[in-house]
Amino acid sequence: MRLSLDELTEMARKCRKDIVRMTNAAGSGHPGGSLSAIDLMVALYGTNLSFRVDEPEWEDRDRFILSKGHASPAMYAVLHQMGILAESDIMSFRKLGSICQGHVDMRWTAGVDFSGGSLGMGMSFGLGCAIAAKMDGSNRLVWVMVGDGETQEGQVWEAAMAASHHNATNLKVIIDRNGIQNDSFIDAQMEIGDIAAKFSSFGWDVKEVDGHDLASVVGVIDWAANTQERPVAIVANTIKGKGVSFMENNPAFHGKAPTDEELGLALEELA
Amino acid sequence: MSAPPESCASRDGYGRALLRIAEDPRVVVLEADLGKSTKSCLFRSEYPERTVSLGIAEQNMMLVAAGMASSGKIPFASTFAIFTERAFEQIRNGIARPGLPVHICGSHGGIHTGSDGSSAQAIEDLAIYRTIPGMTVIHPCDDISAEELTIQLVEMGGPSYMRTARNKTMRQYDYENMEHLRIGRGSVLREGSDVAILACGVMVEMALNAASDLSDEGIESTVVDMHTIKPLDNQLIDRLSERCGCLVTAEDHITFGGLGGAVAEWLSLNRPTPLEMVGVADRFGESGGTDDLMEAVGLTPTGISNAAKRSISRRNAVS
Ligand SMILES: Cc1ncc(C[n+]2csc(CCOP(=O)(O)OP(=O)(O)O)c2C)c(N)n1
Repeated sequence: MRLSLDELTEMARKCRKDIVRMTNAAGSGHPGGSLSAIDLMVALYGTNLSFRVDEPEWEDRDRFILSKGHASPAMYAVLHQMGILAESDIMSFRKLGSICQGHVDMRWTAGVDFSGGSLGMGMSFGLGCAIAAKMDGSNRLVWVMVGDGETQEGQVWEAAMAASHHNATNLKVIIDRNGIQNDSFIDAQMEIGDIAAKFSSFGWDVKEVDGHDLASVVGVIDWAANTQERPVAIVANTIKGKGVSFMENNPAFHGKAPTDEELGLALEELA
Repeated sequence: MSAPPESCASRDGYGRALLRIAEDPRVVVLEADLGKSTKSCLFRSEYPERTVSLGIAEQNMMLVAAGMASSGKIPFASTFAIFTERAFEQIRNGIARPGLPVHICGSHGGIHTGSDGSSAQAIEDLAIYRTIPGMTVIHPCDDISAEELTIQLVEMGGPSYMRTARNKTMRQYDYENMEHLRIGRGSVLREGSDVAILACGVMVEMALNAASDLSDEGIESTVVDMHTIKPLDNQLIDRLSERCGCLVTAEDHITFGGLGGAVAEWLSLNRPTPLEMVGVADRFGESGGTDDLMEAVGLTPTGISNAAKRSISRRNAVS
């Protein structure tokens, strides 16, 4: 699949609508970090990621590990756009028996490659997938999305060191640098500093990108896919809540669903 | 196959098993700078391309194992029992919750580990892993059974935790006599009707010694190697409760939540029967030679035979 920029833009808009609809219907969930990540995920699924809609568990698919598993609405919205999840699936988000669990869960959702919810683990899991792919002589790639707050977890750096040691050239990490975590802004909680420099000091190839400029995002994803000398990190500068004015850069919407009134306003803006 | 010549520790059996299951190309081994101790080094030297060194970073190791399992591998990840515990939440959320077939081996478990002292003597591992849904928990008593049970893990599917011991124990099994050794089924090593002693790990040998002491006093006991703590062999426990009417558990583990705890839960809910537990009281270990330490915390044949007598007199008081 190789969608045009216009198609990607339109798909991202639809995903944003689904993110606010899903969280509103559930009365809970994490819209902010879903909206910051969605352009990156749409660009990846819409251009580079190799997967099969009719066979989501295809063994040799590329993997997408949503380490920041609370951004599940973004995952479900993309899988819905790709034709893997139905409207009824995504609208049952967080309800009893739904295949769309509160945090992404590979045991519940075909098309989800990781069970998230506990931050700091996805890069390690992705590294395991990457090492296995190399053992199998497969060219499949492993993409991992982590939150910037998530990089406060020590395990992220264990994984960064190990990926470099094992020369996991097929491992591609995207850091959603939206500057906000759960309680408030990152610089107030615990500043993580120059994340690109940190990854490069661990022996990674790193590029920064505006995570909402789809043309640049597609460019950097292509670069990452084709860079096979070292593990690759993309630091994507994003805005938490992007696309809904009152959620943008607003820590309150990290883990709070829009009310019915807020949903109406959001859908107007996303029309 | 003939038995290896010398007496060994259960960790040696684990190491030998890895070599035997290597013919399955899905098997991979993960290490955290303790391969020489856990004995995964044997696999590394034959199959370096299928051995992944993760350094002193156990949390990362557990999730790397999970990722490999999700890609069709059957990972065996080992470190000291105590250091697996550092990654408890990784094991719970990253391995067990998605139900991935990752097999964790914690070596050097228990007070028996000896002079390294309390920081190394995991006495709570069986209890904590037993609480994880779908997790198999195994603690073999000798090298031969550790080898066989490790081999059986390959076809098991879900996640598991196996504790092995650092020090040598007497062999209870031989290669010709292993039909009854199965994950999830206690192995009856000695028959008697007065009391049933269920033991695991290094305490199995002591339980057999206690049984022969008891026999000298005219008390005949059944001794079971309860190598699988979860799933617990409830049917066997029921039969023994019926036959003997009183039981003892013996483990190199705290008396909360391990083998004793598991048996107590089953009995109290299903078939109330007098039960005495031999294990570590609510305390940490300390440095010392293994024999001195085991004596100091009460993990001895005498400790077991005294417990057996208490259990018998409680039964007699009831009936
Ligand atoms: C280990 C762990 N600790 C705490 C939490 C609770 N939590 C959920 S989301 C979150 C903030 C995440 O911030 P960030 O990684 O920046 O994600 P984003 O802003 O992109 O949503 C926290 C602390 C968790 N899920 N996992």
